[in-house]
Amino acid sequence: MALTGSVPRRAAQLVWRGMRDHPGTYVVAVGTSAVFGVLTVGVSRVLGTITDQVVVPAISGSEHACGEIWRAGAAIALVAVSLAVTVALRRIFAGRGFALIQEDHRAGVTRQYLHLPMSWHRRHPTGQLLSNASADVEAATGIFNPLPFALGVAVMLVVATVALFRTDVWLALAALVVLPLAVVANVVFQRRMSPAAIRAQQLRAEVADIAHESFEAAVLVTSLGTAAREEARFAGRATQLRAANVRVGTVRAMFDPVIDVLPGLGTLLVLAVGTVQVSAGNVQTGDVVAAAYLLTLLAIPVRAFGWVLGEVPRALVGYDRIARVLDARSSLPPGDRSWAPATGGVRVQLQGVGVSVGLPGGGDLALLRDVDLDVAPGRTVAVVGPTGSGKTTLVSLVSRLTDPTAGAVLVDGIDLREVRPTDLARHVALVSQTTFVFEDTVRGNVTLADAGEPGAPDDEAVWDALRVARVDDVARALPGGLDAPLGERGANLSGGQRQRLALARALVSGPAVLILDDATSAVDPRIEQAILRGLRGGTGPTVLLVAYRMSSVLLADEVVHIDGGRVVDRGTHEELLARDLGYRDLATAYEQESARRAAEVDDELALDEVVDSFLKDPA
Amino acid sequence: MSAFAPASSLGVLATLRRGVAVSPQLVAGWKVTFLLAVVASFGRVLVPIAVQQTVDTGIQAPGGPDVRRVVILTSVAAVGLLVGAACSAAVNVRLFRSSESGLFSLRTQAFRHVHELSVLTQNTERRGSLVSRVTSDVDTISLFVQWGGIMLLVSVLQIGVATILMAVYSWQLTLIVWAGFVPLFLALRPLQKRVNGRYTVVRERVGAMLGAISESVVGAETIRAYGVGERTQRRIDESVASTRAAMVRAQNLVGAVFSSGVLVANLVLAVVVVAGTYLGIAGQLSVGKLLAFLFLVQLFTGPVQMATEVLNELQNAVAGWRRVLGVLETPIEVVDAGADGVPSPPGPATLELRDVAYRYPDGPPVLVDVDLSVPAGSSVAVVGATGSGKTTIAKLVARFMDPTAGSVLLDGVDLRDIPVDQLRRRVVLVPQEGFLFDGTLAENIAYGLRSDDDAAGAPADDARVRAAVEALGLADWVDDLAAGLGTAVGQRGESLSAGERQLVALTRAYLADADLLLLDEATSAVDPATEVRIARALESLTRGRSTVTIAHRLSTAEAADSVVVVDAGRVVEVGHHDDLVAREGHYAALHSAWVSQTR
Repeated sequence: MALTGSVPRRAAQLVWRGMRDHPGTYVVAVGTSAVFGVLTVGVSRVLGTITDQVVVPAISGSEHACGEIWRAGAAIALVAVSLAVTVALRRIFAGRGFALIQEDHRAGVTRQYLHLPMSWHRRHPTGQLLSNASADVEAATGIFNPLPFALGVAVMLVVATVALFRTDVWLALAALVVLPLAVVANVVFQRRMSPAAIRAQQLRAEVADIAHESFEAAVLVTSLGTAAREEARFAGRATQLRAANVRVGTVRAMFDPVIDVLPGLGTLLVLAVGTVQVSAGNVQTGDVVAAAYLLTLLAIPVRAFGWVLGEVPRALVGYDRIARVLDARSSLPPGDRSWAPATGGVRVQLQGVGVSVGLPGGGDLALLRDVDLDVAPGRTVAVVGPTGSGKTTLVSLVSRLTDPTAGAVLVDGIDLREVRPTDLARHVALVSQTTFVFEDTVRGNVTLADAGEPGAPDDEAVWDALRVARVDDVARALPGGLDAPLGERGANLSGGQRQRLALARALVSGPAVLILDDATSAVDPRIEQAILRGLRGGTGPTVLLVAYRMSSVLLADEVVHIDGGRVVDRGTHEELLARDLGYRDLATAYEQESARRAAEVDDELALDEVVDSFLKDPA
Repeated sequence: MSAFAPASSLGVLATLRRGVAVSPQLVAGWKVTFLLAVVASFGRVLVPIAVQQTVDTGIQAPGGPDVRRVVILTSVAAVGLLVGAACSAAVNVRLFRSSESGLFSLRTQAFRHVHELSVLTQNTERRGSLVSRVTSDVDTISLFVQWGGIMLLVSVLQIGVATILMAVYSWQLTLIVWAGFVPLFLALRPLQKRVNGRYTVVRERVGAMLGAISESVVGAETIRAYGVGERTQRRIDESVASTRAAMVRAQNLVGAVFSSGVLVANLVLAVVVVAGTYLGIAGQLSVGKLLAFLFLVQLFTGPVQMATEVLNELQNAVAGWRRVLGVLETPIEVVDAGADGVPSPPGPATLELRDVAYRYPDGPPVLVDVDLSVPAGSSVAVVGATGSGKTTIAKLVARFMDPTAGSVLLDGVDLRDIPVDQLRRRVVLVPQEGFLFDGTLAENIAYGLRSDDDAAGAPADDARVRAAVEALGLADWVDDLAAGLGTAVGQRGESLSAGERQLVALTRAYLADADLLLLDEATSAVDPATEVRIARALESLTRGRSTVTIAHRLSTAEAADSVVVVDAGRVVEVGHHDDLVAREGHYAALHSAWVSQTR
């Protein structure tokens, strides 16, 4: 999809691709624009003819010409109406094409966002991706607004050239000599303009970044009284932006008068040469007027080339950014094997799994090495290890957010890479520490389906899931219950409530494998215990658990201790305590941490109770 | 919640006037610019004059075409044209310079003002819109000036000069031209309003669309894990399509509006030809003058067409300007006593809250009759449930806002009377979530350095950062990082863990060297090793300073010199941990509950 070759070639590709996708719209837009071009030349011819056959003879006293005056006026009026119609159609269809191409780009880019794997997302900052879908799309399509006009102007120039040469060669040369100059002026403008415009655009983004960062740091800035320092930082970049904007303005300021003055000079030349030709008897006054008038009419249209060429650098930069998204290939080719696990969980195996990522400076960083794991159906396995040991990487393999670089991950003996993505998403549920809440109702956030969508869990199932996740009381307390809208990213919920909601989302479809990646860190430990107990036994799912609380780890059937991307040991908690020194240290640290966290949560709860009772009954 | 000044209800002209008053650079040197612009406009009517002269005194000269005369005439006109073009370039450059300096000043003024608004620290949702005030709104004005504003200005002059020349040639035809264009102007005004209305819809749809798209980016992991890509795509597609539909609707109207300009211009032309010919027959108009009119009408058409488009953007630019001016009008609640204030020299700090009450505008009271005293060098822990008003106490002491009743006193002086820069020197708040700038670790720590520390002979910033790291016992942590103090922390410090960001905030506070520390204890999950480091750093940081800790753990309360229990905005109990436990009040109940749970 990327554009290749020289700038004009890439620009032509960009334009052609856009128009090719909407042939009907662009046939009308360019067609009416071409008719407009022909009619504009027509106006000048009509005026020339009227001058020779009506105006001059009538003023000289010709009776016949006097009778023609109203017909002449009607002829001009007819052309006027036709011109207006072509202008309206051209603008309407140019606008339609522009909007359609923007829609294409946005649809394409967002399809990629939803298709590309997490590894790709992690490499690209949120802000950049949002600007790909907004600012870059606008930049890449800006050229399509003046484009049909410019193409119509090209037709206008061809027709004008033919018409002028049919009248008189010398007059034509005089009129057309300014055109090459106009082209040169346009090229010079484009050369100067493109770096200046790109720099200004870049600086606008940088100024916005500083403002964002600085305002977000408001507490810090106010607290340390560093507003003046922030202002200096902001003003520094804003000064650069000002200089860049002035530079853009200066280029325009020099170019506009040149483009303006060229038709004027051409007109004067036509008058001089025309007078010579009239005196030689080769042409009439009307021919001179027509040629001069035509040049005046060209003053604005000739600028259309400038508008299009001026947009080229911006469009190419914008398009290249979009193309980088569109051209990105998923490293996770979808499987096509259907998978319908029996109830009661499935067997999850990791066989010789390694994960490594390429470093920017070259070389690879191994996140996991030779990991073997075999989890029987319905069992709960806790993954324990220090920060950065690879816990999250390990569990994210099982929901196939990443593929291993070595070895394989199997469910029920099937390689995950072969499983149909829809089946995988349906039967393997992942809840991570950072929860995401959609701008939707409670129901929508649990089912992730539209109301009444076939296959969507019914309200009973939603309430069940909310109950297991111990968040049903919160939902019930919200005005509207399941229909209550959750504001921006769930701003009206606490961290623990958001995590429990995310858990309900995972549970509602009755997954065969449940992955909890520190998913209950903000939940009250006692509630956490209750939730985890509720998941165990019977027909419950196979659970993979990353947790910092020892009480949660204790609930697991088996503990896997990993460090530095390798499995150090595995077994029951007691076995590991007895033989694994590193695990013992870790467990002690975990216990201290859980005690602290328990105290913290209890502080708040106990305080609420005590203070409430005190306030109700001060005695 | 303190609100913006109500969106200024100023009209276009009033907004421009107010805007110029705020950034006088906009009109710097306007007299010279205006003079040059007038010359440039005269340059533009030279062509019609040349046409008239060529036809009347050249081609149709009584003795046959007078070539010599026409050549001289057109040469002189050509020189005039070039002079006009040069003036026009000079006008443009001058206008760009002055407008950009004016907008630069507007941008930085607004930036500074926003930082002084307490809404910034209190209402995080408002931040996004405040950012747009100093970025996209000013950019809109700047782009308008570049792509239309200056043309509009020049066009108006051009119409004026063209009218004068027309009146000289024929007042009757001048009336006809104006009779055509004036109704067009009048008709365009309501149409323009409707165009604006449609563009407002476009902007709203774009906003909703970006919201939908951002879910696909921010929620990428959830969407993948639950395989709801198709549904998300459907939602995005709907919003993208409705944006496109709104754009098409707007463009349809613009097409109709714009073509009406073309229609009127050419109909005027038809009438001018008919009427002009009759005037010629009556001996009141020469052929040359009539033909000159054809060219002069063109001088009208261009500007009118331009104006219909540019006026549209003008509305946006003015709306943006109005919003920026609205920010500048928003009163600053925390007023700086400045030089008239009571000096507050560094030294041991005592703090007192006397009958303090606070309520947000239109909100319920957050604090009621709060009394609190922190002797120099002592530590106070404030405990209370979420929403009890603990954090509000910290914000009042840091003077992010002023109490609605009562007073906060530092060394016996009301905070409102202390010059803000001196207050900031003495009182520093360490928030729960330490904010990091996109830069290196060293740069982030050095942010705590005061500019007045840069006296001659002081050690370099790097040395002081290093010394602070060591003083807080964090050298081993820093040395373990990939590039030590030179480690890039990423946007908002995302390359560091929450606990590590907390460490940076503490080191920064150490460098700030305040007399009174306000610590908002972090509640976020921190790995055990970092937890130990935080505790160690806190100990060194608070040693010898007065501290008020918004405590989330009873262990912190236990270690404090004094504990203040807050609930529902009131202080319900004060005393040392041991005394409070002995007193068998609710703190004691709280404590025993805590002890029983950890056993």
